[in-house]
Amino acid sequence: MLEIRNLHVKIEDKKILDGLTLTVNDGEVAAIMGPNGSGKSTLSYVIAGKEDYEVLDGEILLDGENVLEMDPDARAAAGLFLAFQYPLEIPGVATMSFLKAAMGAQRKARGEEELAVGEFLKRVRGAADKLGIPQDMLKRGLNVGFSGGEKKRMEILQMALLEPRFCILDETDSGLDIDALKVVSDGVNALRDGKRSFLVITHYQRLLNYIVPDSVHVMAHGKVVKSGGKELALELEANGYADYKTLAA
Amino acid sequence: MTDVTPIRTAAESAILSRFPQAKASLPGTPAVAALREQAFGSFVETGLPHRRVEKWKYTDLRAMMREAAPLAAAPAAADIAAAEALLAAAPAFDGVALTVVNGRFTPELSDLAALPPGVSVADLGEALGSGHPLVGERMGRAASADDAALALNAAFMTGGVIVTVADAVTVVSPLALRFVTVGDVGAATYPRALLQVGADASLTVIETHLGADGPAHQTNTVVEIFAGDRSSLNHVRVNAAGAATVDVSSLGVVLGAHASANTFNFVVNPAAARHQVFFRFAGEHSTGNISGAAMLKGRRHADSTLFVDHAVPHCTSRETFAHVLDGEATGVFQGMILVRPDAQKTDGKMMSRAVLLDDDAVMNNKPELEIYADDVVCGHGATVGALDEDLLFYLRARGLPKPEAEALMLAAFVGEALEAIAHDGVRETLEGMVDAWLKARA
Repeated sequence: MLEIRNLHVKIEDKKILDGLTLTVNDGEVAAIMGPNGSGKSTLSYVIAGKEDYEVLDGEILLDGENVLEMDPDARAAAGLFLAFQYPLEIPGVATMSFLKAAMGAQRKARGEEELAVGEFLKRVRGAADKLGIPQDMLKRGLNVGFSGGEKKRMEILQMALLEPRFCILDETDSGLDIDALKVVSDGVNALRDGKRSFLVITHYQRLLNYIVPDSVHVMAHGKVVKSGGKELALELEANGYADYKTLAA
Repeated sequence: MTDVTPIRTAAESAILSRFPQAKASLPGTPAVAALREQAFGSFVETGLPHRRVEKWKYTDLRAMMREAAPLAAAPAAADIAAAEALLAAAPAFDGVALTVVNGRFTPELSDLAALPPGVSVADLGEALGSGHPLVGERMGRAASADDAALALNAAFMTGGVIVTVADAVTVVSPLALRFVTVGDVGAATYPRALLQVGADASLTVIETHLGADGPAHQTNTVVEIFAGDRSSLNHVRVNAAGAATVDVSSLGVVLGAHASANTFNFVVNPAAARHQVFFRFAGEHSTGNISGAAMLKGRRHADSTLFVDHAVPHCTSRETFAHVLDGEATGVFQGMILVRPDAQKTDGKMMSRAVLLDDDAVMNNKPELEIYADDVVCGHGATVGALDEDLLFYLRARGLPKPEAEALMLAAFVGEALEAIAHDGVRETLEGMVDAWLKARA
């Protein structure tokens, strides 16, 4: 369970989050929607531990543990995963080596034994096949020269292999055509197991046709201004964000 | 130029007073002795290079050499044993071993019996005295410049090797040319090598420099390579000289027509290293890749100064250097591409990339293009910066602790540079050295 309590965050003197409170239960898929500039991406970065942001007040608890006191790598080892809106390219680091390093580091941090090479390869190949990622892509530099859709699939591959407790998808639908959107959504849905939780950040309702949320929260001016069921997303699609832009002002 | 008597530093005075005593015992025919005198004369005029000498602007050798270490004596049995121990502990490179200890060819640590057909090796120290034809024909013709380091080596050179590869011989196994400096106290060494690669021949040379970390050695090496028409040369230099060593090296390459030459310099340990490359295209339609990488911490200093001479048309040159600088380390890249008036269709480019891991680390880049032909493609680029914070966060968000994330990024950065090395085994050994450096840092 992830609990965000009264979160206040600024970056370079600009207040982005202004008393945000949100709870996502075990097994829940929560969608966050909101207009551009409402602080959605900031929220994802702050949960993952990006250092550019200054947390002024509030708490983020993952199963009761305050993650704000943890380094980004410790948060990852604790089970937090952020699928980036813009996955980064790492020239010279083969995707396979990167996956091995990431899985190895997390297992080590949790005091688990390193996976045997055969088991590691089996898991990677299995997960890659499900996402339609060809083997030769795994030999290339991570995300180097990948299309937008390939990068997003690679994020979901990492999510599948790292087996996090809590997944944040930051505008995973951006830049995806309908076929890629379906592949990515299927990948996410396959990871819904009743215990794993998801925070799906999106600007458009479209993604939520494929990843059907349990709850929908509207963000404006750095806080959640309305919460509801999946029907709230449809209402937003029909009426736009205009009501909410003024609501919190 | 001036009548003013220059003020000599203690090191300069020591070197100046040393030559008259030493010259009688240095090997060479009267012709070689005359060459030494001439070279020494030019050193008398210039003294040690300092920051007001443009080509040495960032490597003030006069300031770095507070004292001149005494000339290294010919290695005794104990020295050879010490060299053997250093070689055994160092990263190993496969190949036929040719070893030079304290500036002298050392057959005990060389594997002359394993030389492939078509390859011959001579002791340069002996060759200087016996009037070996290559000494007269070639020596000083590839690394030829008005330069104090070259002059000092020519005046004091003690020996080394001459390697000849006959025409049309493809040497499969690399030659492992190993320069080792031993001794409990700092010594000055002046080794030299002369390689002639015949027409249609191919050769891979791994040149390593080793020494213990304690003594403040001063090494000044000159390697000259003449590669014939349609030849293929791969040269990798690994500078793992001792941590207190000031190392100056000069590489001269003269390349024939339709030939290719790659040279890579990896610097990892000495206190200060200056590597100067004089690369001349003597025949058309040839390609030269001059590249290197340095990983420096503490107050180390590494300088790559290149002079690429496009003397003929239709040649391609690439200069690609990467520096990882931690602590108060300093990197220097000075690349000069000269395109002479007849050298049309020249394609010459240089690129220098540096990662600074500390606010006190410094990278100096000085690319120079001197172009006298009008139908050429030339360019240069340089990047200097810290590790990308966003990339670092991405890796950490995947669970890599900061030191591991940094090491992964640095290994990738240097790895990209190492891709210039064609020989898989050599590249893998260097990757191992990169990992060892990164582990020691973490």
